[in-house]
Amino acid sequence: MATLDSKVPKGPIQDKWTDYKNHIDLVNPANKRHIDVIVVGTGLAGGSAAATLAELGYNVKAFAYQDSPRRAHSIAAQGGINAAKNYQGDGDSTYRLFYDTVKGGDYRSREANVYRLAEVSANIIDQCVAQGVPFARDYGGLLDNRSFGGVLVSRTFYAKGQTGQQLLLGAYSAMNRQIARGKIEMFNRHEMLDVVIVDGKARGIIARNLITGEIERHSAHAVVVGSGGYGNVYFLSTNAMGSNATAAWKIHKKGAYFANPCYTQIHPTCIPRSGDYQSKLTLMSESLRNDGRIWVPKNMDDVMAIREGRKKPTDLSEDERDYYLERRYPAFGNLVPRDVASRAAKERCDAGYGVNATGEAVYLDFASAIERYGKEQAKIHNISNPSKEKITELGEAIVEAKYGNLFQMYEKIVDQNPYKTPMMIYPAVHYTMGGIWVDYNLMTTIPGCYCIGEANFSDHGANRLGASALMQGLADGYFVLPYTIGDYLADDIRTGKIPTNTKEFDEAEKEVKDRINFFVNNKGTKSVDYFHKKLGNVMWNKAGMSRNAQGLTEAMAEIKAIREEFWKDVFVPGTANEMNPELEKAGRVADFLELGELFAKDALMRAESCGGHFREESAEESGPQKGEAKRDDENFAFVAAWEYKGEPADAVLHKEELEFKEIELKQRSYK
Amino acid sequence: MNLTLKIWRQKDSNAKGQMVDYKVADISEHMSFLEMMDVLNEQLVNSGEEPIAFDHDCREGICGTCSMFINGEPHGPDRGITTCQLHMRSFKDGDTITIEPFRAAAFPVIKDLVVDRTSFERIQQAGGYISVNTSGNTQDANAIPISKHDADEAMDAAACIGCGACVATCKNSSAMLFVGAKVSQYALLPQGQVEAADRVRNMVDQMDLEGFGNCTNTGACEIECPKGISLENIARMNRELMKANI
Repeated sequence: MATLDSKVPKGPIQDKWTDYKNHIDLVNPANKRHIDVIVVGTGLAGGSAAATLAELGYNVKAFAYQDSPRRAHSIAAQGGINAAKNYQGDGDSTYRLFYDTVKGGDYRSREANVYRLAEVSANIIDQCVAQGVPFARDYGGLLDNRSFGGVLVSRTFYAKGQTGQQLLLGAYSAMNRQIARGKIEMFNRHEMLDVVIVDGKARGIIARNLITGEIERHSAHAVVVGSGGYGNVYFLSTNAMGSNATAAWKIHKKGAYFANPCYTQIHPTCIPRSGDYQSKLTLMSESLRNDGRIWVPKNMDDVMAIREGRKKPTDLSEDERDYYLERRYPAFGNLVPRDVASRAAKERCDAGYGVNATGEAVYLDFASAIERYGKEQAKIHNISNPSKEKITELGEAIVEAKYGNLFQMYEKIVDQNPYKTPMMIYPAVHYTMGGIWVDYNLMTTIPGCYCIGEANFSDHGANRLGASALMQGLADGYFVLPYTIGDYLADDIRTGKIPTNTKEFDEAEKEVKDRINFFVNNKGTKSVDYFHKKLGNVMWNKAGMSRNAQGLTEAMAEIKAIREEFWKDVFVPGTANEMNPELEKAGRVADFLELGELFAKDALMRAESCGGHFREESAEESGPQKGEAKRDDENFAFVAAWEYKGEPADAVLHKEELEFKEIELKQRSYK
Repeated sequence: MNLTLKIWRQKDSNAKGQMVDYKVADISEHMSFLEMMDVLNEQLVNSGEEPIAFDHDCREGICGTCSMFINGEPHGPDRGITTCQLHMRSFKDGDTITIEPFRAAAFPVIKDLVVDRTSFERIQQAGGYISVNTSGNTQDANAIPISKHDADEAMDAAACIGCGACVATCKNSSAMLFVGAKVSQYALLPQGQVEAADRVRNMVDQMDLEGFGNCTNTGACEIECPKGISLENIARMNRELMKANI
């Protein structure tokens, strides 16, 4: 089995990034204007990268499938972004953010990358404030912070419940400045359908204009993929409807290894599923767990009474409720990391205590927070002997100020008022920690092809802590890639423009066109969604929150069978030369049908419980952690990077052994 | 519930469009409006027809992509939401629902219900940013204190999702709520002051160039805005423009 070179620089961890930057090759500013870079995806990672590369002087071509970069799904992130600023004086530091992230990721991320992430995190906040991102302020005019799951400090910066939106709009405004200067050529409503390799290097892409259907060739000296995650492999997830794996999967098929595909985050606080017609799941920010208490009834009688509508949750007294997170994890309580909270919710629901009709919901209750805030406000405003109603009114106003948009969103979807009755929540597929394998330079195993943000694998290990996805996207795009790519491009200053009338472009374009023609000509009988839902069903049932060897083996066979049926019987209406959303979906689902099988294969190989992935054969059998997930460091402290060999089942495993020099590997305890 | 849908079909930007009637059955009141459209599209695909093209993505009310005109209102009858947040409980069994694309000269139809809103992009490219390098060498964020009140107001303006409902509902197809929101966000913050005059002039010039009309204080935009962006932002934009031109 081959090993992978991570190219992590030598030396003490706190000096690695600085030393690295001091010694890499630079491109003379005058030469940068002779170099083209393609950026695929314009969310937080791609957008910030495009803006920064253009500002440095490179010619950037940026591609987005949406009609504007501002609509990338980074926009939906709610809670916040972490940074080791220690503004609160509660003991935060670069090291502590690094430590929390490595521990939170269940010791499956690369130490050097995570340290660098923690190191540049503080710069991100400075950068975004300078761009005019309206972060929350306290009354002294300084930045406000809150706390997120898995940590014991307040390091999360936020803009109401719309932090992702505001950070994305910040990156988008930086892009707009470069578009206006002519340094970014923006291709909206374009989808990358293949990468073009010339002499072993990534030198361009084939893209489809989604309005006209035209297939276009674009060349560059390097290609950066920042196309987000693949959670839609489950059909139901919190991803946007168009979020897809196509760009990442295409580079995988051309030589980029795909790492840890089975690492998926199941987010604990989503609105539960309500019927078979459902198109996606809606996340409620984890920040709600700062003030919300999570519970189910203690007694089965009450569960039944609630499900049948004979009792309301507010009818149950404190001692009739099981605040199971506070009971099981007294140190972190409701703020345990996402994987722990998700599993605990599933455990209670599997035991029969779920509180909605399908038995797949627990309560997230704000009553105590409303009362606590109300009393505090009464004191601040010198109201003596406030009535219960007054306290509630004052408390609700505070809760509204903090989470108003989330409460409104919940009410619109569920038709219940969460100020008056507890929210119902259940875990859902959210973020994928796996992705394209990259070295310390963020370069994939294809020279000149880079991968950033959620699309790569490097920083979050097996589980992502809250408020760290935004941090990674912007760190990669603003502060890491713009340096590392220069080291590679320094060799290209004499290359000149890459021609597109070559056999490599011909071949890639032909492949893309053949596939599109197949879809529009296939006389099948079933819709694309039919296959996508079928795939999602297998993924959730057999490769979801808990998995076992038998189920995963079955999943691999079942996905293969669905894939074969898809290629025989899919029906795509319309033609190739027009806007055709069904055709777009068909290509994306075809890729998910391959990725899904590799996902199951990876999960089967990883016979340990890790992060959001609970392997039923691997649980703690005794001691205070009995029943908790059991990680196996002796056998699995590595990154699983898969090489494409045709059928997903034939993919070849390459290992990057993970070294933990700064942080001792130990059992994660949040008790 | 069973519904009759009257939907605008248009093959591409050059084709002539028309309203076409469709029937859907067994719609649950818990479905979102777009899930109801999914049901219709599945039905169309299964009978070998082309589904209806409509813009949508996050389905959480934040990306600003979905853009339908439903029974004469952008994003439908409910206040403060996008089409993806509209649920079928807002309709009754047997209803007839009219669904059209956003209509404005500056938003040409691309196909069916999909319109081209890149005019908004060009307005932002004309100045909707602060000219700061993304170098990582900016000053410490707390060195720029901002009063909580101003930060909150800037945030309220910045909450605009760029969906275009304000334009679609305005009898003048004015984009002043959208542009006002962008101008306000930067006008309320100390960071963007140096170039404030150029910013507002350039953005307003581009807005006019794109063919958007002017504001006549009807206020429909504020009522239909899914994010509650207030008319105050238009007033602030006008004040900023006056200040810039003095």
